[in-house]
Amino acid sequence: MSEKLFTAMRQAVIDGAPETAAALAREALESGVPPLEAISNGFVPGMHQVGEQFGKGQMFLPDMMAAAEAMRAAMAILDPELRKVGAERPTLGTVVLGTTKGDIHEIGKILVGTLLAAHGFRVHDLGADVPGEKFALKARELHADIVGVSALLTTTMKNQRGVVEAIDRAGLRPRVKVIVGGAPVTRRWAEEIGADGYAKDAMSAVALAQALMSAKPETVAAESL
Amino acid sequence: MRPKLELLDQPFLDRILNEAFQLIENPGVRVAPYVFDLLAAAGVPVKDGIAHIPENVARGALASVPREFFLYDHAGHAAVHYGGDNVHFDPGSSCLNILDPETQKARPALSNDLVRMVQVAEMLPQYAAQSTAMVCSDVPPEMGDWYRLLLVLWHSSKPVVTGAFSGPTLRIMLELLAIESGGVAALKQKPRAVFDVCPSPPLNWSEFASENIVELARAGVPAEIVSMPLAGATAPVTLAGSVVQHAAECISGIVLHQLASAGAPIVWGAAPAIFDMRTGKTPMGAVETAMLDMACAQVGKYLGVPTHGYLVAGDGKFIDAQTEMESGISAVLGALAGINMISGAGMLDFLACHSIEKLVIDAEAIASAQRLLEGIRPRTDTLATAMFAKTGLQGDFLTLKETRALFRSEQHFPSDVIDRGTETLSGDILSRAQDRVRQLLAAYQQPDINPALQDALLACAGRHARTAGLDRMPAFSRPEPALRG
Repeated sequence: MSEKLFTAMRQAVIDGAPETAAALAREALESGVPPLEAISNGFVPGMHQVGEQFGKGQMFLPDMMAAAEAMRAAMAILDPELRKVGAERPTLGTVVLGTTKGDIHEIGKILVGTLLAAHGFRVHDLGADVPGEKFALKARELHADIVGVSALLTTTMKNQRGVVEAIDRAGLRPRVKVIVGGAPVTRRWAEEIGADGYAKDAMSAVALAQALMSAKPETVAAESL
Repeated sequence: MRPKLELLDQPFLDRILNEAFQLIENPGVRVAPYVFDLLAAAGVPVKDGIAHIPENVARGALASVPREFFLYDHAGHAAVHYGGDNVHFDPGSSCLNILDPETQKARPALSNDLVRMVQVAEMLPQYAAQSTAMVCSDVPPEMGDWYRLLLVLWHSSKPVVTGAFSGPTLRIMLELLAIESGGVAALKQKPRAVFDVCPSPPLNWSEFASENIVELARAGVPAEIVSMPLAGATAPVTLAGSVVQHAAECISGIVLHQLASAGAPIVWGAAPAIFDMRTGKTPMGAVETAMLDMACAQVGKYLGVPTHGYLVAGDGKFIDAQTEMESGISAVLGALAGINMISGAGMLDFLACHSIEKLVIDAEAIASAQRLLEGIRPRTDTLATAMFAKTGLQGDFLTLKETRALFRSEQHFPSDVIDRGTETLSGDILSRAQDRVRQLLAAYQQPDINPALQDALLACAGRHARTAGLDRMPAFSRPEPALRG
């Protein structure tokens, strides 16, 4: 019975079907399937499969976004049940994301957040036009592992330095890693401002975050992963 | 007849505009407080920072837009004609990196790189205008906008496609241009530059974009709205839907602009792209991106507004077959679309990098596109029979006087960048382009800028540079580059 349910859950994520995913999550709870099992054996394998297909060029960003939406819908049902029993979904780490001060562009950052969440990170999105101090406050509050700072414009890219400095001033480094990305951002820039990593696109950001969580202390470039 | 390529028929154009007018009213357009009063005075409701622009107000603004205008060179001659199906090209703008001429690897651009690019573009007739092509990493960022304009004015006599990233730097740039033109009134009468102003997709006129478009209108200096829908990410995934959004962003910008100063010159500009669903990149060399540029321009032409597009850029990281294939194709398509100003030449890697060598290769693609636009003309009384009457079936056309008289008009002769079988040519296209760059730089001569004007420009620049914390300006060929005044 559970196997059939897990297969359906996996498929709901692959299909990017949030209503189906939520219904299957409810069905699992009603059937007495432990929420953690539903997550680990049903929905997460679906996300992994989507990631693999994406890597092979057989699925695309809209498919990935839809899969993440299905995952979110399922988690919205299962998370409260997990908390009731005092459990938490195991995460790879906590990430605070935002677009730097003066910049209102969010698309790249949203993509990164979606993919990080889909790959097992707990993500808190601060939105756009975020000053460095706000990144630091939220990172402290959530005991974040990683702060991700996006910038689309050459004029706002320089404010990524301010985020690095704010995290420094708050005494959060080296425990909290700062990663940067965005159209004008380069690995060289990341190194110049003292960031812990640079990712050239959303999938690379996931690989970068995974690498950082493996406790690599030095600057990591996603291009070389 | 002049060759022309259009992607939209009239019913489709009307449908696009109909939806664009709907969008600017509902959901409306996000605007900055800087323009609230301007809009309110015109009866445009603004609620929670969103302007709901009625179609009649928009149509009124469109009606007052000049259908054509000129940009002028340093000597005051009309050199760029915005309007109709006139086509001009300029290098891509505001790039952070350059392919190092020696290593062919990307690195941050320096002032001397911009100077070299300006000098090369100055020597190439394919480029009717210069652009403030690179962000110079060796000057403080807050003076970057006006500093690159200063370098262009210093090293070129051509008109300039430029832009500002903030209100304060716009004012400094206008000050420099007014000095160069001989005063504010002279600048307005014979503008040397057009300023790109970019709304943020979708339908958002940010604080500095709102301010800049209004200030440009009041100064009477041409503004170029560069709307950048990214199909599938910040705009509808369909090309048609993105063209609608582009039209809505342009029309709303024109409303702000014309309300500030009716009749001020403005351009229906575009830098659209598709959003690649595998990588999240925005490929400038994709054919769909070129199609967006063409369609956006066609809508502008339909409304009688001068046009701009962003093409002749490839996406490879190096000068290679992909980069040049994409650049060449889009140069031809942009020309056939009759876009008045086509920016982007020299750029590669999704606009992340500039290359002087690519600029000279692109010039060859542009020359071919320009030849294409001349079309096939009946240059003789009979097309062929009179020549056959002279040579008969012997077919010795090489000796005919018509051949000698007309071959220069009929055939374009590329530079040695293009291999046409000349025995002395060797190496691949990159090495030939590097040779060409060296030749052009050796032949370059700085325009004749009188000493009083030089002093005035330097005094103005010096004042603002010191404010930014710089006591010397890099990349000046003047014997005494230290700041004065």
